[in-house]
Amino acid sequence: MRCLQEEGVDYVFGYPGGAVLHIYDALFRQKRIQHILVRHEQAATHMADGYARSTGRPGVVLVTSGPGATNAITGIATAFMDSIPMVVISGQVQSHLIGTDSFQETDMIGISRPIVKHSFLVKNASEIPLIVKKAFYLATSGRPGPVVIDIPKDITSPTELFEYEYPEQLTMRSYSPAVKGHTGQIKKALTMLLEAERPMIYAGGGVIQGEGSSELIALTRLLGYPIVNTLMGLGAYPGTDPQFLGMLGMHGTYEANMAMHNCDVLIAVGARFDDRVTNTVAKFCPFAKIIHIDIDPASISKNVVVDVPIVGPVKNVLTEMLEAAQARIAKRTKVQTSRLAEWWTQINAWRKLDSLHVTPAADGVTIKPQEAVKAVYKASKGTAYVSSDVGQHQMFAALYYPFDEPRKWINSGGLGTMGFGLPAAMGVQMAFPDETVVCITGEGSIQMNIQELSTCAQYGLPVKIINLNNRSLGMVKQWQDMQYESRYSHSYMDSLPDFKKLVEAYGHVGFQVKTLAELDDVLEAAFALKDKLVFVDILVDPDEHVYPMHVAPNGAMDDMWLKKGVRT
Amino acid sequence: MRRIISVLLENEAGALSRVVGLFAQRNYNIETLTVAPTEDETLSRLTLTTSASDTQIEQITKQLNKLIEVVKLVDLTEGEHIERELMLIKVKATGAQRAEVKRTSDIFRGQIVDVTHNAYTIQLVGTSDKLDAFLRAMSESVVLEVVRSGVSGVARGEKILAV
Repeated sequence: MRCLQEEGVDYVFGYPGGAVLHIYDALFRQKRIQHILVRHEQAATHMADGYARSTGRPGVVLVTSGPGATNAITGIATAFMDSIPMVVISGQVQSHLIGTDSFQETDMIGISRPIVKHSFLVKNASEIPLIVKKAFYLATSGRPGPVVIDIPKDITSPTELFEYEYPEQLTMRSYSPAVKGHTGQIKKALTMLLEAERPMIYAGGGVIQGEGSSELIALTRLLGYPIVNTLMGLGAYPGTDPQFLGMLGMHGTYEANMAMHNCDVLIAVGARFDDRVTNTVAKFCPFAKIIHIDIDPASISKNVVVDVPIVGPVKNVLTEMLEAAQARIAKRTKVQTSRLAEWWTQINAWRKLDSLHVTPAADGVTIKPQEAVKAVYKASKGTAYVSSDVGQHQMFAALYYPFDEPRKWINSGGLGTMGFGLPAAMGVQMAFPDETVVCITGEGSIQMNIQELSTCAQYGLPVKIINLNNRSLGMVKQWQDMQYESRYSHSYMDSLPDFKKLVEAYGHVGFQVKTLAELDDVLEAAFALKDKLVFVDILVDPDEHVYPMHVAPNGAMDDMWLKKGVRT
Repeated sequence: MRRIISVLLENEAGALSRVVGLFAQRNYNIETLTVAPTEDETLSRLTLTTSASDTQIEQITKQLNKLIEVVKLVDLTEGEHIERELMLIKVKATGAQRAEVKRTSDIFRGQIVDVTHNAYTIQLVGTSDKLDAFLRAMSESVVLEVVRSGVSGVARGEKILAV
């Protein structure tokens, strides 16, 4: 506990049980760290995750052995896939019982191995300070990620006394993340960028995790180049800026994907060429030379072979690149500037297609999910923290709620974890009690962690839950429409609860919206209730699809469905 | 292409399982694996062989390097190197076969390290290819049991893998 205090931990998200009772007793007898009692350990990890994504500080989780540990796994994997700093302390059975199939025993180190940056099994109480120090260092440095500390119960016994000393400095011979990019490579990359005729900037979550947003904005504006953000990178570059072409990838905008496909120099910043971005890798950016900045060498040339790799912290590399660019930008020739102008003319022509255009329902009553997200944007003045779950609503939120700042968009991009949205929003709300925090979800996802409404009541967390209720697992249904001749195998949500009554039972406020006419007013009323958790159940058009959408399999980035039955 | 990767690993519980787990998790293939402590008791040296393309091997070494307990590693097949594998092979040796087995073993510079009325146990050290060749040469005999250590290796010349 003292170690956690040394690390400046303010919140621990957890759930007690036999193996961690000593730690819980120590928690009880101190005041600096507040413990948040969840209703399911998965939610504790997502809360810590939301806290970490919104603040940049590591989220801390405390769970017991056995089921406590296994319930935390989904949340650890979620954080791992999105490189989120997190320290998970799991209880373990007493040392002498390990390996005997004792009560609530599970091999947490083994189960979590593929989804952690590192893990520790504590063998002696005296190791605790060094291990905790290492855990926080590893979780937050280099490419961040979750670290597990598994502590057998006897190790935390109050009778286990040792001379306490918290290490101030830490060096690990086997771990030294890059602190600076290679200057020669940065120069080479800049030359390539300045000579480009059809340049493109592709920025991902690494820019947000690496605090490189302001440098990215400065460089992009200086160069005057078009930029796209990945799903994880939304907010790294302002979503309402004219140089921003939107999200790219499977459900990216037409102009973003067309510009990616046709560019001649691509610079990837803190992005990892995920399959949801590239479509068919062999057809990815066929005309482009590629520059890739990433803190993790293993991310470079993993999916797409690049021409100029730069290993280093995004912030540092961009700063160096920006300084060099400032000196060289004036030397841009007239030919170069006119080529860039031609490129923008082409991009603006793609933009004219308006791939995010929403056609209102013919009856004038039915709410399109996109309209609901736009209304949320309006009601929250576009400045809220927004978490999402996973599915159609996630894509609608990503496309129709532009983020102007980093760390405001909180979503499970890599693992795609349904049930993430509500607890993540709660973690954000803990970190920023006075800010508006919205959870855009669906009736499928919300039910995966709906028990946390109880935690919200206990801690007075006024999250605004926007439920885009289409009475079906929308994304599954969309794929079934497109690839399985509309055979809706188990994508229909029958016997849904009355969400309004349900949230009222938890002591919160519930609204239901059925018509377009009432949408704005209800949302305004919901957001006006600053201190209340409000659940707005919005019945939306159940047949809506997310577009644009990459044609798969074997499609390139410029192969898209633009609306039902319409292809590029 | 066959590769020999030699790794210096923190000599800690669970370190080996991270290496092995990584190969399973990322769909890489381990053909042979040997591991033992070094003269520095805080370090283990692990040698593994795998078949992979150049791009795959780049990923494998990067992913291995990412493991916190991996201190250093080298792909020995990138340069001149010495590789050795040890094999113990138990062969039926009766009648005329006894002399024949002994002769073949001598040709391969094998040593007979255990003898019974009916069997010889032969120890052979060499490259994996040589061990394979020996096994082929013994195909006329009745091979009762084969144990191979997996490949160990070291770079030629003054190049070393050390902390």
